[in-house]
Amino acid sequence: MKTIIQVNELRKTYQKTVAVDGVSFEVMEGEIFGMVGPNGAGKTTTIECIEGLRKPDGGAISVLDLDPSRQERQLRPLLGIQLQEANLPDHLKVWEALDLYTSFYPRTLDWEELIVGLGLLEKRNTAFGKLSGGQKQRLFIALALLNDPPLVFLDELTTGLDPQARHAIWALVEDVRHRGKTVFLTTHFMEEAERLCDRVAIMDNGKIVALDTPENLIGSLGIEERIIFKVDGAYPIEILSKVPRVTRIETMQDEIVIYGRANDSDDHPPLVTDIVTIMAAEGIRFIDLRTEQPNLEDVFLTLTGRQMRS
Amino acid sequence: MQAFIKYTWTEIKLFLREPVGAFFTLAFPLMMLFLFGTIYGNEPTPMFNGYGSIDVSIPAYTAMIIGTTGILGLTITMSAYREKGVLRRLRATPLRPHTILAAQVVVIFVMTVIGMALLVLAGNLVYDLRFDGNPFDIAAAFILCSLSFFSLGFILAGVMPTARTGQVVGMVIFYPMLFLSGAGLPLELLPDNVRQFSNFLPLTHVVTLLRGLWVGESWSQHTSEFIILSSLLIVGALISSKTFRWE
Repeated sequence: MKTIIQVNELRKTYQKTVAVDGVSFEVMEGEIFGMVGPNGAGKTTTIECIEGLRKPDGGAISVLDLDPSRQERQLRPLLGIQLQEANLPDHLKVWEALDLYTSFYPRTLDWEELIVGLGLLEKRNTAFGKLSGGQKQRLFIALALLNDPPLVFLDELTTGLDPQARHAIWALVEDVRHRGKTVFLTTHFMEEAERLCDRVAIMDNGKIVALDTPENLIGSLGIEERIIFKVDGAYPIEILSKVPRVTRIETMQDEIVIYGRANDSDDHPPLVTDIVTIMAAEGIRFIDLRTEQPNLEDVFLTLTGRQMRS
Repeated sequence: MQAFIKYTWTEIKLFLREPVGAFFTLAFPLMMLFLFGTIYGNEPTPMFNGYGSIDVSIPAYTAMIIGTTGILGLTITMSAYREKGVLRRLRATPLRPHTILAAQVVVIFVMTVIGMALLVLAGNLVYDLRFDGNPFDIAAAFILCSLSFFSLGFILAGVMPTARTGQVVGMVIFYPMLFLSGAGLPLELLPDNVRQFSNFLPLTHVVTLLRGLWVGESWSQHTSEFIILSSLLIVGALISSKTFRWE
């Protein structure tokens, strides 16, 4: 598979703050590559250096075999960019924005077809300032796809959107990939990265602390799944601790939390099946049972010792 | 080139949709003209060397428009575009930075021209405007004055931290200058000691140059204005090219 982006020992410092501190990675053709981490981790600085909007202080970047800081003019028409903080003039109408941006590129898609797919057709005569947050983001996606670029950058695409709008945007991103494009996105929503990305780089304090598929990241750290429930009467701890794959049991107030290794193959039924079967056989009455699967939040916590959202 | 034309045309539409900017550039000078025209008429008077009040007001109000578009319009538009990330988004396209700035200059210049054209038209139709100068001299002076004030606007837009401060600072600079430069009301009405202070205001030189050429004086009678405004343009362009920020 072809390497689309290659970053080697990237460094960027603002005054005395080190924003990006020696970052290296590659992005392959056709994948959705995600960079996750808390605000201030250096994600936006990294993406903007790759886009050629910022000059790195050190390291080498190659994007589609071009150097973004020296060959910006050749690179610009090949990139689709959605910026974290950008706006259009409030009085500019949707169709005018698309028509204007079309004139900037040598080759473009038909914007009318594009906004049908993005659900913006009925907003074509609406001024930018009158659009909702989700509609603005969809317009920015349209502008990023307008030149039919092989590589699309999406920086904090769903920040500030409600869950419904966020899910709608996720579907759009998956659609972009189905058109055969490579997508580089940043987010501070772990759920978003887990749901969308083929590979995820976890960034903290200007460094990449882990890089792999979401499944491997979660699997490799031995993070446990949790089964949580309440019982009437005595806590059946001895019986449950003998169940295979259970690693430990905690009681928190009136809840029992069973930790077990996440299912690493399809041969076993889920751990919760074993637990429930045994409790039913022993006549233990439980209520409010739920399971928590390990996710990227847990990976971040394990790697950095901190919660993502602090 | 097609991108430049389309971008310029879009910015012209946006200018006209912004009610405050369009009002002060296009409508307010006409209102002043009709207000003082109604009060004083355009009879020749010795105070203005045999010209009428309107005859000398048209070049002065033209100076007012140049001050408005340069110091208020450009400063507010560009600092708001920068603060909101409009410029950032444009920078992520193949549109070249110089094209963006050139389009802004063209738009604000076209609006200034339209503002002046409306004044001249109204003066001609309603007040029998008297013009004894050379149209090419006036056009050249108009371009020089406009560009030197636009360079001031670009300096302000570059150094203002936010659009809000850009607006306040623009007004603080513009309004006293409007009344002390002879643009808002004739210099002849100001006391002598104030008029000495007026010489330090760049807009005063715009008024003096345009009024002089309007009544048929030659460039050689206005070398000091020419030198001051040309220097302002050169220094302003140099400074603003250093201080202008895209974000």
